Amino acid sequence: MSDRAHADDAAPPVQVTLGEIFRAFLLIGATSFGGGVMAYLRSSLVDKHRWVDDPTFVQMLAMSQSLPGLNSTNMAVLAGDRLRGTPGAAAAIAGVCLPGGLIMFVIGMLHSAHGDRPLVTAMLHGVAAAAVGLVAAVSVQIGRKVLTRMDDLVFVALAVVGINVFHLSVLVVLGGLGALAIWWHRPRAEAPVLPGR
Amino acid sequence: MSQLPALVGVFAYLSLLTVGGGLAAFPEMKTLTVERFHWLSSQQLIHLYSLGQVAPGPNMMMVAAVGERVAGVAGALLVVIAFLGPTGYLTLWTGRLWLRLEGWRWRASIQRGLAPVSIGLLAAGAISLAKGAIFNWIGVIIAVVVFALLLGTRINPALLVLCGAVAGLFVFGGR
Repeated sequence: MSDRAHADDAAPPVQVTLGEIFRAFLLIGATSFGGGVMAYLRSSLVDKHRWVDDPTFVQMLAMSQSLPGLNSTNMAVLAGDRLRGTPGAAAAIAGVCLPGGLIMFVIGMLHSAHGDRPLVTAMLHGVAAAAVGLVAAVSVQIGRKVLTRMDDLVFVALAVVGINVFHLSVLVVLGGLGALAIWWHRPRAEAPVLPGR
Repeated sequence: MSQLPALVGVFAYLSLLTVGGGLAAFPEMKTLTVERFHWLSSQQLIHLYSLGQVAPGPNMMMVAAVGERVAGVAGALLVVIAFLGPTGYLTLWTGRLWLRLEGWRWRASIQRGLAPVSIGLLAAGAISLAKGAIFNWIGVIIAVVVFALLLGTRINPALLVLCGAVAGLFVFGGR
């Protein structure tokens, strides 16, 4: 298959089987409670199995963040593809999603049946408030690493204003602002003379 | 059962908006599932999304719970496939292409440009969630305490959300 064509990019030390890929990602998918799947992925893929080296992991992470799709499922696809082509990618994404998917399916059933009971609703109000703190903290943690310049903050502010104030569709903001931001960081023939550099 | 095509369409579309993380698609998910299709209430969506933050694995597997609510097992299965399939396929092929574009000068521009936009989308998602999830000062306190503990310590987020559930039971349960 043509899937082997890029195998020389990061030839794993030994041939990894689909079962091994599935089991490794299933374990990550079952144990990564409380988010931060990326840390679990790194410790499994780089440290434990040595299937990818650190620079490759960082490169795949950057790719995962620029592409549509969840960062963790994108990583599973990219890593699985490197190890065993398309079937490897399928095994990896199935493994990482299966435990959480089953758990959320059961939670969905319970929520449909009992979600409107006053005590359950009270608990879920607390969960939702805690989740707001959680997603805010995660956004700040990611933002701290990436937002290094004033113009970055302008793009963040434009996205927030577009969605939360003008209620523009996420698609419009992503397409319009994304294109503008890529153009803003377009390749330049010579080093630009910017103030403050 | 006539909801199945709409479920597939909505979640395949939403998956394409998840640049930077699932949270980026939250405002659009609320618009479509609550206001447009009336599959569940805003409060129910927020609760399922919040529970999804605690489940292991990718934090958007809560889409299975929405699918289950609308159309049972078939709904859950189709929603998960619609949400993961198209973007998984896109990532597979873009990933292969990306390696060959090592020297392409726009590659760095795309990564550099999309980074702040995707963080803006995450922030917008967080604000949209907060608007629906927090409706009194006790909620504000829970959110701020969780936020501060997560940035200041290495405590497991799942444990904090569990504490939030207990706090909610005592604070909101008495009325």
